[in-house]
Amino acid sequence: MSEETVQALHPTPAQERREADNKTVFGFWLYLMTDCVLFGSLFATFVVLRNSTFGGPGGQTLFSLNFVLAETLILLTSSFTCGLGILSARRGHKDRVLVSFAITFLLGLAFIGLELHEFNHLYNDGDSWRRSGFLSAFFTLVGTHGLHISTGLLWMGTMMVRVKKAGLTRLNVRQLTMLSLFWHFLDIIWIFIFTVVYLMGIVL
Amino acid sequence: MSERTAKNAAKPDASYGTTLTYVSGFVLSLALTMCAYLLVKRHVANHHISPTDTFMVIALSILALTQLVAQLVFFLHLDSESKPRWNLVVLGFAIVIVVIVVAGSLWIMYHLNYNMTPQQQSNYLLHQDGGV
Repeated sequence: MSEETVQALHPTPAQERREADNKTVFGFWLYLMTDCVLFGSLFATFVVLRNSTFGGPGGQTLFSLNFVLAETLILLTSSFTCGLGILSARRGHKDRVLVSFAITFLLGLAFIGLELHEFNHLYNDGDSWRRSGFLSAFFTLVGTHGLHISTGLLWMGTMMVRVKKAGLTRLNVRQLTMLSLFWHFLDIIWIFIFTVVYLMGIVL
Repeated sequence: MSERTAKNAAKPDASYGTTLTYVSGFVLSLALTMCAYLLVKRHVANHHISPTDTFMVIALSILALTQLVAQLVFFLHLDSESKPRWNLVVLGFAIVIVVIVVAGSLWIMYHLNYNMTPQQQSNYLLHQDGGV
């Protein structure tokens, strides 16, 4: 028997643990893909209703190009720092993990702050979700993304406390892996919100 | 033997990425985002005349899809997943569903609007106005 076959038949405890972790992460990936379908249906609703402004304002008057670019760059940078964080977690640098995720957390907070500012501005100008089909679809799609980001921030906050207290245990690294998948996924969804809702809203 | 151990040791790093993959993903995403931004800025500065609307929609879609692939490769490391590639399979399935839902909705709703006569449309709007 070759050494490889022996290894496959009798996995070491470390291999078994890695195998179990991979299965858990894969389960989380499955959840993300169902979330992707949820966003897909919200995008479908939005593109169907994007011209149904019912005499109200459309994307061209409501959206500011520079404002949305700032939001996009903030979220993109947070996705990058989150990646650096998970890389440090794999290499066992606890302090760097805490710093990277703290930066990610603050950037995420800045993003959600800007989004709430925009929503508040629209609401006070009378352009709330009640104004038109277009605005209902807009608030539902962008709001659902914002809700995901807020949940991610809550999760990130608890993870930082856990890492600070218990260190980079196997469980914590596994959780951080799933958190980083979640965060990268939300950044990818935002690329499409940026393009389909804002940029195309300003163009068309 | 020594070669295999070296390979095994390198494997987890490869499927989780390195600092270089994250930096290249970040730089690429930044460049694509700025391209899209400048394109729209130019379009607005030219009073929505040039580049044409059709060109803009196609160009912006291509930029977004490129960034999707860039992030899937550099941030989520889908290219270095070991076989069988279940992550990629499930992603493909999700994309098929999303494309069917989005394209199908647009197709149906476009024809619904198109097949309404102007008379029907104005009646519809009139009733909507009165109803609210």
